[in-house]
Amino acid sequence: MQRYILIRLIQSVFTLIGVSIIVFSLARLSGNPLDVLLPDEADDETFERISELWGLNDPWYTQYFTFVKNASRGEFGPSFKWQGRTAMELVFLHLPATLQLAGFSILVSVILAVPIGVMSAVKKGTLLDTVGKLVALLGQSLPSFWLAIVMIWIFAVKLGWFPTSGRGGFDHMILPGIALGWFSVASFMRLTRSSMLNVLDSEYIKLARIKGLPEWKVIWKHGLKNAAIPPLTVFGAIVVGQMTGSVTIETVFAWPGIGLLALQAVNARDYQVIQAVTMFISVLFIGMNLLIDILYAYIDPRIRFT
Amino acid sequence: MTSTQEIFQEPEKKIGEVVLEVKDLRTYLYTKWGITKAVDGLNFHVREGETLGIVGESGCGKSMTALSLLRLAPKPAARTVSGQIILDGEDILERPESDMRFIRGQKISMILQDPMTSLNPVYTVGNQMVEALGLYYKDEGSKDIKGRAVDILRRMGVAAPERRVLDYPHQMSGGMKQRVVGAMAISGTPRVLICDEPTTALDVTIQAQYLRLLKQVQADTGVAIIFITHDMGVIAKMCDRVMVMYAGKIVETGDVRPLFKNPSHPYTKALMASVPSMDESHVEKLYSIEGQPPALFDLPVGCRFANRCEFADEKCVAEYPPTFADEDGHTADCWRLEGQWKRVAEATA
Repeated sequence: MQRYILIRLIQSVFTLIGVSIIVFSLARLSGNPLDVLLPDEADDETFERISELWGLNDPWYTQYFTFVKNASRGEFGPSFKWQGRTAMELVFLHLPATLQLAGFSILVSVILAVPIGVMSAVKKGTLLDTVGKLVALLGQSLPSFWLAIVMIWIFAVKLGWFPTSGRGGFDHMILPGIALGWFSVASFMRLTRSSMLNVLDSEYIKLARIKGLPEWKVIWKHGLKNAAIPPLTVFGAIVVGQMTGSVTIETVFAWPGIGLLALQAVNARDYQVIQAVTMFISVLFIGMNLLIDILYAYIDPRIRFT
Repeated sequence: MTSTQEIFQEPEKKIGEVVLEVKDLRTYLYTKWGITKAVDGLNFHVREGETLGIVGESGCGKSMTALSLLRLAPKPAARTVSGQIILDGEDILERPESDMRFIRGQKISMILQDPMTSLNPVYTVGNQMVEALGLYYKDEGSKDIKGRAVDILRRMGVAAPERRVLDYPHQMSGGMKQRVVGAMAISGTPRVLICDEPTTALDVTIQAQYLRLLKQVQADTGVAIIFITHDMGVIAKMCDRVMVMYAGKIVETGDVRPLFKNPSHPYTKALMASVPSMDESHVEKLYSIEGQPPALFDLPVGCRFANRCEFADEKCVAEYPPTFADEDGHTADCWRLEGQWKRVAEATA
């Protein structure tokens, strides 16, 4: 078990290095930052001076190592757009809002998706299954921004049940939470269902019934734990996706989270903030995958012992 | 365990009262191609301490019969549409589904074919045994229950059972897993144990050991065994009586010795002929039965074996034969026996 975790940990470090190279090169690919940063009337001497000052004349590998050294301490430099704040500060400032929204929507997705997924596998072909499939189909095919706008129009504008946008009380979370969560409910439910269908066909489920176990135990103990791995894989992606993919939802609902920050930073060509957000999300993603890998081993002893 | 004496010593047989009687059992599968008559009017019984073999080729309804006895035929496609399953004097088809939980495992149990897939990979062997034992011995504490699990594993010939209960199934060999499955099946001291080809997936050397183990369990507990296989050799070793199934029906039944000596249904004869002989004077091509059994959703009106039978005539094709019996209770459904044996039951097809 320790060995397994150690191997995954080492693999994560390599992934992180890969990500840092990509983030670093993408920033360089978009051209010399001084072209944007310095005023049009700046002369060559100023260019040269600032380049020297910021280390832009150093060879690329020196620059890369400086970047990695600073990034590992969470230093991505000051923001251009939000004067007087560092990029990392801005990320942490916007993090709670994103966590709140994502947490709410993940909670709702899991509470809805797992039981419906399991039950529609157990009651395959019944009305429940059909309704489940319909929800999944809609969730996977309706774009979330469209859903968000339609929901605002109906529930906020026409009916006036919820506020249209912004962060505030619990009622502010409902519409963005649903808009953000529906897609993951759909994919999560579909996966739980198909995985569960596979498991329910297996011999050990038959044996559990032969032993005389009550049906709920057959399904929730013997079935679900075996069926958990594929949905769990997607769960990791969903958790991170909710936090990062919320760019559109946060924009539509003017929700002051990391997604909105990223969008504003891109519009303002605020490189430091973009790099900080990208690196932060990547670390989150890698950490989440590591956690999921460890959870696999916890669920399935065959993974644990290899 | 492996001393020569024990290998050759057969446990003593004591055959008692009828524990399970099946009358006119019919389990049909409702599919989009039509109604598949997987189990089509079976009548049989099994006694305490007796082993009844069910033999037949794949798809003849053996396993569906077994699942029907437990009322676990795959829903919603399969439905037992008629018949009686009288277990200890009571028709279990009359009982509500909620009662079946107390019948399965404790009155009637089953060993599945493939030990590699019949244990749940994510729980320890001990966990899987204890959860069942907890149902059978409700009043006992968890310590007693664990002790029972270890005892039963030891009885099934598992070495160092107190350590083995902590193992996961993937840490065991196929033979060991099948012993665990066997241990689970007998842990509720059932009256009837169905073995659905329990040795097919095992190595030949392990097969003989396992069969001996089952016999020993039977001698100790008096459990009635229904042994499903397509292996005539295993039938000869294990069973007291045998019934031959073909296309959802029993075509011949009788005590093992007379039936092997004098197979009376052409299908049984063909089955016997297709077993390779070790006799040197018979060095010839292995016999195989020509053609395919009829589709169970499109059965002929006459004898179901007629299209593959070398003796078939117009009567066989036109009308399903009644059951004929000789004086020893050996029965067969074949027109050729008319006049030789007594007509005991009319055709129900």
